[in-house]
Parts: sequence; structure tokens; C-alpha cells
Amino acid sequence: MSRERAPAGSEHTSPTPSDPTGATRALGASLPNDRRRRRLGTVFLGVCFVATSIGAITLMVLLVDVFLDGIGQLDPEFLGNYASRFADRAGIRAPLFGTFWILLLTGAISFPLSVGAAVYLEEYAPKNWITRIIQVNIANLAGVPSIVYGILGLAVFVRWMGLGRSLIAGALTLSILILPVIIMAAQEAIRAVPDSIRQAAYGLGATRWQVTRRQVLPMAMPGILTGTILALSRAVGETAPLIMIGALSFIAFTPQGLTDQFTVLPLQIYSWISRPGEDFHAIAAAAIIVLLALLLAMNAVAIVLRNRFGRVRSN
Amino acid sequence: MAIVHDIDTGGSTPALEAKRVSVSYGSKRAVSDVSLVVPRHRVVALIGPSGCGKSTFLRCFNRMNDLIPSATVEGEVLFHGQDLYRPEIDPVEVRRRIGMVFQKPNPFPKSIFDNVAFGPRINGFDGDLPPRVEESLRQAALWDEVSDRLDDSAYELSGGQQQRLCIARALAVRPEIVLMDEPASSLDPIATQKIEELIFELKERYTIVIVTHNMQQAARISDYTAFLYMGELIEYGPTEVIFTRPAEERTEAYVTGRFG
Ligand SMILES: Nc1ncnc2c1ncn2[C@@H]1O[C@H](COP(=O)(O)OP(=O)(O)O)[C@@H](O)[C@H]1O
Ligand SMILES: [Mg+2]
Repeated sequence: MSRERAPAGSEHTSPTPSDPTGATRALGASLPNDRRRRRLGTVFLGVCFVATSIGAITLMVLLVDVFLDGIGQLDPEFLGNYASRFADRAGIRAPLFGTFWILLLTGAISFPLSVGAAVYLEEYAPKNWITRIIQVNIANLAGVPSIVYGILGLAVFVRWMGLGRSLIAGALTLSILILPVIIMAAQEAIRAVPDSIRQAAYGLGATRWQVTRRQVLPMAMPGILTGTILALSRAVGETAPLIMIGALSFIAFTPQGLTDQFTVLPLQIYSWISRPGEDFHAIAAAAIIVLLALLLAMNAVAIVLRNRFGRVRSN
Repeated sequence: MAIVHDIDTGGSTPALEAKRVSVSYGSKRAVSDVSLVVPRHRVVALIGPSGCGKSTFLRCFNRMNDLIPSATVEGEVLFHGQDLYRPEIDPVEVRRRIGMVFQKPNPFPKSIFDNVAFGPRINGFDGDLPPRVEESLRQAALWDEVSDRLDDSAYELSGGQQQRLCIARALAVRPEIVLMDEPASSLDPIATQKIEELIFELKERYTIVIVTHNMQQAARISDYTAFLYMGELIEYGPTEVIFTRPAEERTEAYVTGRFG
């Protein structure tokens, strides 16, 4: 409610002798009380601005620092070389390929599973207590620390299924990590499809599957893809679960098959940073730039997708 | 008990017959014990104040209430003398034979052509689609306005055109009966008039059950009118009788605009 419309005689207006109710007060004539509230508003705005600035400036400083440290190292050789004991000969060929494969495999595993789960929960599952428990579980799983998924991956994929420290074990572990996030994003996208569209399709004699496949999924797809890309960009930055399942950082080959060993960018960065010596820190910074560029590109794709098709049209 | 005047089914089995139909949402009863006969190739209007159960009752005719988890339907709905609610009847099949048009135009976010073609496509139609689409659009009196832009998005049409597109879409599956739930309530008077003229033409080929809260509209387009009140059928008969010589006081009060 705007202050000019405060009810006459309420504590917000201070009646003047000539105008006991304050009802005929001109719009421009603000009262002392108003001035104080406006000042409070300005202070609050300032606090918010400072808070935002702290975040933005810290990020900028970090980025500039990394950029200055690493940009000199960033050349084709750095991208093309394998790891080395000598910083000037070391490159990120193996982690670059590893990250690429992890990205592809994790996407290929988690996307169909998540969409299936989301479709089941939104379009098929009866709204009973079992469904609610599943739903609560998914929400909680999204908040579980990633190291826990690493432990799970180590126990189930590496040891029990005997996959070893392989690409596929890493991709499976990361898939489980991001499943809940994609499922929830997909559910939201599916829920945003207006019910009138489902009604129209059912009314024409469509089966549940036809309604889902031909109307709901196409309309929800931009939202689902956006969520998937954002989740994948989280997976690409993960280190802890991959360390847990025993991925190495010194790898002098690119993976040729699913069961090959692998490394990824964050792991390589982590290992270089942990070494003494300025020269390794510099190539770590260069690798960070590459990783950031990759993440930025993925987020850009997600934003474009959301803006292009984001709003489900309904009328 | 409801007062039912003479309903002339022309000696043949009616297109639809509701027998003691009741619908509840959870424990809340929305339709109570309604029996009503819909003669072939006639327009039957369901009127009554908002919330009296018109839409709920209409949805019994093509089992759309099945999609609402809390809804339970009792009684029988006969279509060609067969109860639509027998366990072996597939609701998907029912909805192919008995089409529906909704209150707000709800075209798919696709081209005009694809909207109309959707029904035939999902129903495994293996004939030539373009003629089927054209014929349906002609029947819905929309062809002349859209024939040169079938690939445009359906959302580019006006509200009235969208609603006629939805009618064309329903007709494209070649239903025997078309159910309409206040199809003109979100349209302007001119678009409304077009829909009304269209309904008048459609009854040559189809049986139509239409919900409306607009009494002039019911009087203009329907052959029979059923007045529902608080989930019960109060009076049913030829439209002319319901509007000029109703037997029930509540019917008279409603059609003369004294309540509702
Ligand atoms: N999906 C639903 N769930 C629960 N109650 C409903 C639902 N749809 C309708 N109702 C209730 O059933 C009664 C009849 O509604 P409806 O058939 O939509 O009436 P009308 O179409 O005549 O306005 C109303 O009291 C309404 O609140
Ligand atoms: Mg209604």
C-alpha cells in the first residue's frame, strides 16, 4: 500500500490542525514520518549495494589475478601436451579430453534417467505418500555433499561392479550426483506446461504416452535442457568425488574406451596447485582459464535456451 | 425429482443417455442422480448457475473425469446403448468417438495445420492428411481465413479463430458427438455469433451437448435445454418449453434472470 493512501486517522498520518484527517493532503507534501522511512530505505539500499559489491569485487579480483597469472602460459602447446614433470612442457591434453568424455557420458547417462523420473513423477505417479517420500528424497539428495557420492561411486562402481578407476565409473558417479538436480529442473519444466494442453490432447483421444511424448515433453524440453546443462556444468567442476574414486592427475594418454583411466581439468588444477613452485601455479592458472571458459560457454548456452524458448506459451 | 418434458428421439436409440449419474470429488458431491437423454443430431444445452455441476456432468460423457484423481462417477452413461463406464471400455476410445471443445481456446503451440492434424495422426489415420485438415477447417468455418497460412503458429490467430480451430481439431477425428463447455464465454460478441452459427450448421452431422451460462445463447442455438441447480437436474425439455412455459419455479426464476 502506498503511503499516500494510508487510511485517514491511522498512525501513519500525522494530522495537521488545518487538516485534521490528513485526507486532503497534497500528493507532494510529505510528512516527517515519510521522510524518516525514506531515509531508512536509502540506508537499506546502500547496505544491499555494498553486499553485492563485495561479492562482485572479490570475484573480479580473483579472475583478474588468475588471468594475469595464466594467460602467458595459454598457447596451443599447452592445450596439446600431456602432463609432464617439467612445468614448461606440461599441458592439459589428457584432462581436456577427459573432461570432454566425462561431460558427454555423464550427460548421456543422467539425461534419459532424469527425464524418465521426472515424467513418471509428474505425469504418471499417483499422488500418494510413496510419491511424496520419493519427492522429498530427491530434494534431499540434491543437498548431499559431493564427496558422499564419491564414496558411493567407489563402493558400487569401482569395487562392486569392478569398473576400476575408469571413465565410466567417473561418469556414473557424477551422473548420480547430478540426477536429483536435473530431475527437479525437469519436473519444474513439465509442471509449467499448461494443463489445458494436456486436456486438449486427452480430449482428442490421445493416450497418456502420446500426450507426454507429443505435447508435454516438446514444450518442457527447453527448460529440461537448460537444467541439464547447468547441472553438467556443476559436474564438470567437481573434484572431490573423482579423487574419491581414484582418478589420477598424471595421465599421459587420452581415453580410448569406457574402461580407460582418465583425468579431468579440476583434478589437474588441484594437483598442480598443490605443488611447490611458481611455474606450476602459473600453468594451473592457465588451466583454470580454460575451465572457466568452458563453464561460461555452457552457461551461455543455457541462458540462450531459456530466453529463446523459456516461456511456455499459453493463453 | 426432475421434471422431464417430452424428448423426441425420433424412435431411434438416443446418441447419449445418462442414467442416474452422480459425481463426487472426494466426499463432495458435485452432480446428484442426473438422468437425461440426448437425441441424435440435436443440440442440448446445459444451463444453470456457476458451480452447479454443468462442466462436471459434461465431462462424464467422454470420461474426462477419469483424469481427475479425486472424482468418482456413479451410474451409467449409455452410448449406442452401451455403458461407457463398463470396465472393459477404454476411455481413450471413448474420447475419439466423443470430442470436446473447452471453455478457453487451447490450441497446441504448433502450426494451424499441425493442430488439426494432431488428432488423425495420433489415431493412426493413414489417409491423406491435407484433405482431412481442409475439410475439418471448412466445417469449422475457418478455412477461408487460414487457407493461405496453414503453417503459421496457431497463436497468431484471434481468440475467436483459435476457438474455431479447436472445433476443427475436434472434428478432424470424426467424432459422432461434440461436447462443448462454454465455448464462447471468452470471446467477443462477433466471435460468439460466428461460433453460434457454426453450431447451428454442425448439428446436421453431429450431436452436440453444450454448456452455457448465457441463456440467450441457449435459447438461440439449442433444441433441448436442461436446467441444473446445485448438482441436480431440475427440469429438462424442449428449449422453447423451458424458456416460455417452465413447470418449475426455480427454472422460471433462472431463465428470467431473477437469480443465478
Ligand atoms: N477438479 C475438481 N476438484 C474438486 N472439486 C471440483 C473440481 N471441479 C469442480 N469442482 C466442484 O464441483 C462443483 C461443480 O463444478 P463445475 O462442474 O465446474 O460447475 P459449473 O461448470 O456448473 O460451473 C463446484 O462446487 C466445484 O467447486
Ligand atoms: Mg464450468
